[in-house]
Amino acid sequence: MLELSNVRAGYDHSPVLHGVSVSVPKDGVAAVLGHNGAGKSTLLRTAMGLLKPKSGTVLLDGEDITRLAPHQRVSRGMAYVPQGQQSFPHLTTAENLQLVADGRPDGKEAIAEALDLFPVLRELSGRRAGLLSGGQRQQLAVARALVTRPRLLLLDEPTEGIQPSVVAEIEETILALARRGGLSVLLVEQHVGFAMRAAQRYYVLEAGRVTSTGAGGAESEQAVREALSV
Amino acid sequence: MTVVLNQSFTGISIGAVLLLIALGLTLTFGQMGVINMAHGEFIMAGAYTTYVLQKSISSAGASLLVALPLAFLVAGAMGALLEWLLIRRLYTRPLDTLLVTWGVSLMLQQLARDVFGAPNVQTAAPDLLTGNISAGGVTFANNRLFILGLALLCVLGLTLVLRFTPLGRRIRAVVQNRDLAEVSGIATGQVDRITFFIGSGLAGVAGVALTLVGPIGPTMGTNYIVDAFLVVVVGGIGQLKGAVITAFALGVLQSVLEYSTTVSVAKVGVLVAIVAFLQWRPQGLYTLRTRSLA
Repeated sequence: MLELSNVRAGYDHSPVLHGVSVSVPKDGVAAVLGHNGAGKSTLLRTAMGLLKPKSGTVLLDGEDITRLAPHQRVSRGMAYVPQGQQSFPHLTTAENLQLVADGRPDGKEAIAEALDLFPVLRELSGRRAGLLSGGQRQQLAVARALVTRPRLLLLDEPTEGIQPSVVAEIEETILALARRGGLSVLLVEQHVGFAMRAAQRYYVLEAGRVTSTGAGGAESEQAVREALSV
Repeated sequence: MTVVLNQSFTGISIGAVLLLIALGLTLTFGQMGVINMAHGEFIMAGAYTTYVLQKSISSAGASLLVALPLAFLVAGAMGALLEWLLIRRLYTRPLDTLLVTWGVSLMLQQLARDVFGAPNVQTAAPDLLTGNISAGGVTFANNRLFILGLALLCVLGLTLVLRFTPLGRRIRAVVQNRDLAEVSGIATGQVDRITFFIGSGLAGVAGVALTLVGPIGPTMGTNYIVDAFLVVVVGGIGQLKGAVITAFALGVLQSVLEYSTTVSVAKVGVLVAIVAFLQWRPQGLYTLRTRSLA
């Protein structure tokens, strides 16, 4: 589905990724794990096009999208939920979703589907996103990504900094989506347990390099924990 | 008392022109952080559009009515072209943008001189706008009332577009979080160009309004551009509400001071007031706190 090959990327004079290759299976979940500063978010930003790689390629279903702008990747079926529960703070919840649905013939149904997954957002539709709690904002962020009906979803630490009661809800929704079919996920996570439950394939990232990779599933959890503790 | 009221009305009409010019600036400055020194020349373009139209349509009223939308389109197209040719390549270099647009401003002035001649030209105002209305001892000049109405109409129109249309949603989203807008599937470059079109178009409309109260010349825009930037900074960058309040406040302050002192002293007084205000509120009247994509 998504294929990053030998990607080198970073900021001005500080390279972050030193030749990373990651592949997301069709209709499957690939998890990227690693400590803070290992380059996980940089990897997602490069996959989405916010950051242009110095070398290496990004392929989506075989098409070279390395040079495409982020919004062009969205129109090819990619969606991205960045770190930190980001929203458009001065737009209402409803406007945050409508914004993404504008110009899509299936926009209305897509919004309705996303709201079915996160019913709490219906009650908050008139409230400005900046006034929502962290958990609600993150649900809005995932819902906004889903309104584009993506084939590939990039999630950057979707449960980080969120109250525990909502964490379980978001995790369950992500698992349900991944299992429903038609959606591939590239998941960046700190919670090894959840990541390994969700993933068919895992990558451990350390100082900008993949140091360990293998098949996902709960049985790999121990191997990943060891790789991370080194 | 009547004197104060009369001066205040003059001030409000000055404020209305400032507002028309500042609306476009606050849009582009707020969304793209671009200081467009050529904005004043879009005013000039709007004014010369009126002049050219009046030469071909002899009726002053009809030519004014046609000039309003046409000036919007002409100035808007110039703005969009400028954005596409130069500004979009310089988004990460604000100082270079300032110099480049200043250069464009000088070139456009020279172009106007070559085409229309260096001396100022004049258009005739429609009969309807040449008279006065008196009420309670205060004299309202019809042309100034018209400009006030035009400015308020533009504010209303812009507010409605920003608040209730898909385009408005996109513009607000880009202002609030550009990267998040881009990864949400919004072609932010295209939104920038449309914003530039609208902002420059409004300057063109301001140019039409100015033909009713003064001569048309190659440097007419430069007289207003500094004041308009002051309105943007004091009102809070990207804030329509702030621009409206500030434009009228500065206009009234200027004209009341002008009456009690001289034009130069009034100018100094207004600037001192602005400096004092910005010491107290450096961010301007209103602000939009944004979060960017880390």
